[in-house]
Amino acid sequence: MHRIGVFVCWCGSNIAATVDVKKVAETLGKEPGVAFAMDYQYMCSEGGQGAIRSAIKDHALTGIVVAACSPRMHEPTFRKAAAAAGLNPFMVEVANIREQCSWIHRNKQDATEKAIILGRTAIAKVMLNTPLTAGESRVVKRALVIGGGIAGIQTALDVADAGFKVDIVERKPTIGGKMAQLDKTFPTLDCAACILTPKMVEAAQHENITIHTYSEVESVSGFVGDFKVKIRKKARCVDEVACTGCGDCMAKCPAKKAKSEFDQGLRNRSAIYIPFAQAIPNVPVIDRENCIKFQTGKCGVCEKICPSKAVHYDQEDTILEESYGAIVVATGFDTVSPEPYGEFRYEEYPDVITSLEFERLCNAAGPTGGHLVRPSDHKEPKRIVFVQCVGSRGSGECEKTYCSKICCMYTAKHAMLVREKYPDSEVYVFYIDVRTPGKAFDEFQRRAIEQYNVHYIKGMVGQVEKKGDMLLIQASDLLHDKQLHIEADMVVLATAVEPEKGARNLATMLTASMDTNDFFTEAHPKLRPVESPTAGVYLSGLCQGPKDIPETVAQAGAAASKVIGLLVKDKLITNPCIASPAEPMCNGCGLCENVCPYGAITYEVKEVHREGKRLSTRVAQVNEAVCQGCGACTVTCPSGVMDLWGFSTRQILAEVDAICR
Amino acid sequence: MHGIKDAQAEVERISGINAAKCMRCGKCSASCPAFESMDVHPHKVVSMVADNDYEGLVNCETLWRCLSCFTCVERCPRDVQPANIIEAVRLLQIREAGENHMPPGEVPDMLDDELPQQAIVAAMRKYNK
Repeated sequence: MHRIGVFVCWCGSNIAATVDVKKVAETLGKEPGVAFAMDYQYMCSEGGQGAIRSAIKDHALTGIVVAACSPRMHEPTFRKAAAAAGLNPFMVEVANIREQCSWIHRNKQDATEKAIILGRTAIAKVMLNTPLTAGESRVVKRALVIGGGIAGIQTALDVADAGFKVDIVERKPTIGGKMAQLDKTFPTLDCAACILTPKMVEAAQHENITIHTYSEVESVSGFVGDFKVKIRKKARCVDEVACTGCGDCMAKCPAKKAKSEFDQGLRNRSAIYIPFAQAIPNVPVIDRENCIKFQTGKCGVCEKICPSKAVHYDQEDTILEESYGAIVVATGFDTVSPEPYGEFRYEEYPDVITSLEFERLCNAAGPTGGHLVRPSDHKEPKRIVFVQCVGSRGSGECEKTYCSKICCMYTAKHAMLVREKYPDSEVYVFYIDVRTPGKAFDEFQRRAIEQYNVHYIKGMVGQVEKKGDMLLIQASDLLHDKQLHIEADMVVLATAVEPEKGARNLATMLTASMDTNDFFTEAHPKLRPVESPTAGVYLSGLCQGPKDIPETVAQAGAAASKVIGLLVKDKLITNPCIASPAEPMCNGCGLCENVCPYGAITYEVKEVHREGKRLSTRVAQVNEAVCQGCGACTVTCPSGVMDLWGFSTRQILAEVDAICR
Repeated sequence: MHGIKDAQAEVERISGINAAKCMRCGKCSASCPAFESMDVHPHKVVSMVADNDYEGLVNCETLWRCLSCFTCVERCPRDVQPANIIEAVRLLQIREAGENHMPPGEVPDMLDDELPQQAIVAAMRKYNK
């Protein structure tokens, strides 16, 4: 025999102004099975919760219905109150008479009627509720950071400083990411390497951090608190422990025609190489495609001359398997190729370069030793044209729809650097809009115009052609309604940023969602910006959206704090509202396994009793720790064998009946 | 174009383009090979259409100077297709002047040795309805 209690909340005037709460309580009180009904100004307040607790005891209630706001808001509150009075917390139902009723209706009579129906529906459901017990799952006190750029390094350092073990997996042979390639950083113009390399060293020396470079995540299974990750450590062909980083192998390597990725192809490197002098680890890697030994079998110079016998051509990829409590995605970005925008002739003219190439040309450790010259003939440039928004803010197939956010600032920086290096130079910047929100950002850009005399022109470059050894630029100047023809030495294209290409594949492994631009989606765009909707997966840096270094570092720290908040817990409470098959009826068809987004369903051959016979058959099994209770399997099962605890088919039908009554 | 109540809607109908998509970057005017011969430059035509300001477009030289080379259409990052907008304004003006019809009977008088046959075929296609 059920004894249900009904509690109707006013939510101040939020509900009571549109819903006749007294009438709702009175009507629901007369429903069969209801032993007690009341209304109260704020059900979630201590007074309201006290009323629930005493009513459960005084009236020996077996289940309660709270007609109030959305269960997303206060279901946990009311469950706790029920548990405190000795009632199973899963014997609580919430009828949402605020968001789904008072807030969206004006007519009090209609709203009251709907509130009564919603209450009746919840009563019908709670009558069929079964007491459930939440399970527990372990928390592995170790975090995985995917990506070793400034975002990944900062997150790893913050988590490691809190006392937890962190592994960084980096696809490239060194950590450091894009920031390591930059020259100066806006708006303070401090050198990128000077502020980044100490952090790289700190990460490498931290007792809690393990760095796996030249490695990739191969597969991910498990769930929050207990992810199982396979990491492929690609064969470097150099023993990381034995190698001393002396560099003899690189000096003697006869294959020196590979393009240096780190220098954006502006310099050649040997087939056995360290990307840059401050690389971590300071251990070379053999690029097999360009290695003579791997291509022809003849050579082997590096192996012969290595004083520490660290070169091993027969080294193979190894797979590491590790468990992690939390995973942070910090996969970063790339810049788009200007190749689809034919008007700039990027592929044809070496003096048309991208901004990232410009960074390398200015960098003291770059291919020219920081001496800014034209790539074609190494002459010092006298006139440079910068073009903004290349590939950003478009609507075509080749363009990104978003603003890349960082280009306005770094172009202002580039323009100033040129004017400082060559005071007699002329610098033009073609812009659509100048966007400089950020601390001391607009002042920085104004300085380029007012103090450095950079010519900012509202307009676009439409065509680049060759005239002798110069580039002839045709552009528009919209404020003067003119077409300009400028002879320049170099053109620098501020190309759009885009998420790292492999990120989509990783998102699939993590079941983390992405937007149409392949940026990872956050759990809430405002209130949960560093969490992915997948529990235990966090976002750090540009993989979530365009951002500059200060923002990246801030987000990296925020992601770390979320990771720490998870790892300090010893156990996680699992959700008992999960799927469960009625085994004897399951015919093992496999449809539920296909639709399960979490990989929670497997099959087992079991002995079952069916139609009076004992037989061995394939039946579905649900991993209770992995199931998230989404219900996809329950609606897919052709024989109705799958059911969801707390949301059983019977309960849903009872609710529908109650609405239609 | 004074006769047409909503020239903007008409241009949008003819061209199939919403000029409000323009972000005023100036790529069209930067690319246009006929820029110097125009009185109203391509980006301005688009922005005047977007702002429903047709005063300056009536009888402007640009409508007849645009080569329909489609460089602007090709390069516009927001697919605004300025050449098609110019074409729509041109058509609007022609239609309003009642010059948008060419009966087959008039064709023999037009023929001479200089005129390419293709021009007559194209004109028939365009103006015989």
